[in-house]
Amino acid sequence: MSFPYLSIIIFLPLMGAIAIALLPRAEPRRVKLIAAFFTLLAFLLSAALFFMFDRSLDGPQFVEQASWIPSINVQYFLGVDGLSLPMLILTTMLGFLAVLVSWRIDRRAREYFAWLLVLETGILGVFCSLDLILFFLFWEVEIIPMYLLISIWGTGRKEYSAMKFVIYTLLGSALMLAGILLLYSHAGTFDMVALAQMGLEPALGSLLATAIFFLLFFGYAVKLPVFPFHTWLPDAHTDAPTAVSLILAGILIKMGGYAMIRVCVSIFPETSQTYAPLLVALAVVSVLYGAAVTLRQRDLKRLIAYSSISHMGYVLLGIFALSQVSMTGATLQMFSHGIITGLLFALVGLVYDKTHVRSIPELGGLARRMPIILVVFSVAGLAALGLPGTSGFAAEFLVFLGSFRSTVVSGIQIYTILGVLGIVITAGYILWMLQRVFYGPPKAQYEGVLDADRLERFTIFSLAAVIMLIGIYPRILTDVIDMGILPIFGGLGL
Amino acid sequence: MNLYLLSPEISLCALALVVILLDLFIGRKWILGVVSVAGLIVPAAFTLALWGVNETSFNGALVVDPFSLFFKLFFLVIAALVLLSSTDYAHKFAGFRGEYYALVLLSAMGMMLMASTRELISIYIALELTSISLYALTGFLKDPKSSEAGLKYLLLGAVASAVLLYGMAMVFGLSGTTHLNEIAASIPAGGLLASPALLMGIVLLVAGFGFKIATVPFQMWVPDVYEGAPTPITAYLSVASKAAGFAVILRVFYEALGPLSLDWGIIFAVLAAITMTLGNVVAIAQTNIKRMLAYSSIAHAGYLMMGLAAVSALDPGTLGPSGPSALVFFLASYALTNLGAFIAIIAISNKIDSDEIADYSGMARRAPLLALALALCLISLIGIPPTAGFVAKIYIFTAAVDYGLIWLVIIAVINAVISAYYYLRVVRVMYLGTPLSEERVPSSWALRAALSFACLGVLFLGVYPWALLRIAETAVSLFP
Repeated sequence: MSFPYLSIIIFLPLMGAIAIALLPRAEPRRVKLIAAFFTLLAFLLSAALFFMFDRSLDGPQFVEQASWIPSINVQYFLGVDGLSLPMLILTTMLGFLAVLVSWRIDRRAREYFAWLLVLETGILGVFCSLDLILFFLFWEVEIIPMYLLISIWGTGRKEYSAMKFVIYTLLGSALMLAGILLLYSHAGTFDMVALAQMGLEPALGSLLATAIFFLLFFGYAVKLPVFPFHTWLPDAHTDAPTAVSLILAGILIKMGGYAMIRVCVSIFPETSQTYAPLLVALAVVSVLYGAAVTLRQRDLKRLIAYSSISHMGYVLLGIFALSQVSMTGATLQMFSHGIITGLLFALVGLVYDKTHVRSIPELGGLARRMPIILVVFSVAGLAALGLPGTSGFAAEFLVFLGSFRSTVVSGIQIYTILGVLGIVITAGYILWMLQRVFYGPPKAQYEGVLDADRLERFTIFSLAAVIMLIGIYPRILTDVIDMGILPIFGGLGL
Repeated sequence: MNLYLLSPEISLCALALVVILLDLFIGRKWILGVVSVAGLIVPAAFTLALWGVNETSFNGALVVDPFSLFFKLFFLVIAALVLLSSTDYAHKFAGFRGEYYALVLLSAMGMMLMASTRELISIYIALELTSISLYALTGFLKDPKSSEAGLKYLLLGAVASAVLLYGMAMVFGLSGTTHLNEIAASIPAGGLLASPALLMGIVLLVAGFGFKIATVPFQMWVPDVYEGAPTPITAYLSVASKAAGFAVILRVFYEALGPLSLDWGIIFAVLAAITMTLGNVVAIAQTNIKRMLAYSSIAHAGYLMMGLAAVSALDPGTLGPSGPSALVFFLASYALTNLGAFIAIIAISNKIDSDEIADYSGMARRAPLLALALALCLISLIGIPPTAGFVAKIYIFTAAVDYGLIWLVIIAVINAVISAYYYLRVVRVMYLGTPLSEERVPSSWALRAALSFACLGVLFLGVYPWALLRIAETAVSLFP
């Protein structure tokens, strides 16, 4: 076994959490420095992994494999391929930025940062696991930190939202567990690589394959979220503290999309094709419904939250259009949306910190008070609506191109065109929101409001830079993603 | 007759007698607690010395095999934890400490015998030895609630014993023997495979044992008894007594009634589904933490019975875990988890003198470590990683799915979601509520030691379950 890079990356945040918990005197500043140190280390290590990754191989790399529960063949099995590597980097990057975004939190700081780091470990584990039970374990780890982070440090109806999040997630994962175990009882292994290569479906029969597929899919659909399982998301987002919204929108919901490709499509290529028309239609409904509802939001944070539903619709569209280009696009969209929405939530958090107002009608004329925030907000907003030169364009363009030419679903061109319409609505709500919040006559009540300080500028500029970088040179990621999608697409036999 | 095989039980009985005698002559009663906990090392040492032995004695009535030895050690550990956690509670029955410790030890001895007999009459005697000690312990506080609980437990327990005895009589009447292995042989030989009378006997046995493990519809004693009994005894009842019940069920149903597993498997499957659903749904409405954990323990009896149900469709071709090994591991993880929760509750309620969940408000500020321990145990009861409860659930669900019980697993996973609601409510009150006072919650070193053991065990089994699973697999290897 080679050097255990992945274990170290996954457990670095956890070690940080333990260090914070064991700190004899918990001054908030020291806690924050420790949290920043460990998350930065994890980020740097994963960035190093990105450069060490062999772009000519299509299997998992940096593999670690050890028996964990021999009697049921559960392994401690980690590895990253082109699909999971971008997610890994996204997680460590946003994990570090989430710590920076939380710099102002002083209330029960020790607990807050400890839970934030535990959360990061859970998500990193999901993206690196190649054993279904290990994957499920990490999937569940995230629940308790999220529950406490929302319900203690949140705002508004925080306890309700936190419990709603838990119940939705647990219900999804409960059915997913049933699916995983049913799969195991017929395949005899939890090894995701082996399962994908087995070609299980003929042996299972179409009824059983469909049952397992949807048990699993349901768990992921709640997470992504897909209409009509999305109602937990606006509540959780709105009431969560900024950094948690950032993680929730940036990476947590990506677990759903990632798992759909990694588990549903890889292990059940034929069932995926059979039900692709249904799922693509669901995707378009998510896109249009999400966008339409977003248009009506009056709360800045809720607006960004609802926009995630529509953007995740593109991910679903890209995945179940089942073409190589569209799945690459979907993966890129997950990465790009992670950065864009993370940035948008950070900006909303900033605006709220400075003005203590989140209601759009009450805001207005902030352009003069916070020019830097305005500029970055505009960049992020334009990226969200897919302006060329930003990562949003690259990702959505690939999704549309791939799904338009896909041969799996008949009449997918119509769905794609409907999906493109979503962009128009997106442009509508983004621009309208910018106009109402930043332009118009300055309001007297925002007289002494400050712009972003140095730390905040560093956070938002670095995210904006990533958006531009991927927009201008998407190959930096698509090269990697392609290698991850290739074997999965090959399994479809198209 | 090899008395050495009985050495753990004999030494434990001697220990109980020593404690009673010491009680007469010693003024400083805390010594009794030390003696009884330290004295447990002797039977534990005998048990470990016997490890690996597989022999019978007393004309086949007593059996020492990996299964019974596993459970003996298990009961000794639980008894030790219960005794340690009692030190903070013993002032409530100051005059009767010696009897209290002795009764706990004697009931542990009864449980050890339950795991180690393979003859119906011995099983019945061992069960009564356990139960009678527990009846007395339940009423030990002598306040109205405790006395009511004791009486209720006694009366309903007597009915259950009668039913059990009746079932045993029917099995004996049809098979002509009380030895489990001979019963098994007589079933195909006597043409009893389709006998309705034997099926009736099985149903009565399920009812009798069902009382001990608190399955629906024999669960009605649980909430009142759990609420009224001294909290350490509640913990004892919820784990040790339940585990002993399951040990006997495994022994009786596998060894004696194995040929009829298709019949009783489905009984357990249906009971499991009803039990876990009822337990979890009713637990939501509870405001008293002991009552809530009582319903939670009913729900867990349901999960545990999945391990019994998973045997019925036994298909020799499949790999994977067997129902019994999953059941044994689940019992161990549940015991540690539930004991941990109850020990934390003992410490907290000692200070605030209340078992109402609302009074736990802000406990994370007043007792950070106790609150953390309780939260960890509740999370393990939900089955969220990285805890023993997570692995236990995965394992028992895997066993059930492997034997084709997917419908039961789907009910079980949905139940786990329901349970999250009421367990997390306690976490929420402790971490989000405002403290009712600023006073810290004290606890003795003995209680802290017991709690640390339980919590570290919960985490350890969640991270490295194979350590115990391996032992569980050997323990049940005698069952097909």
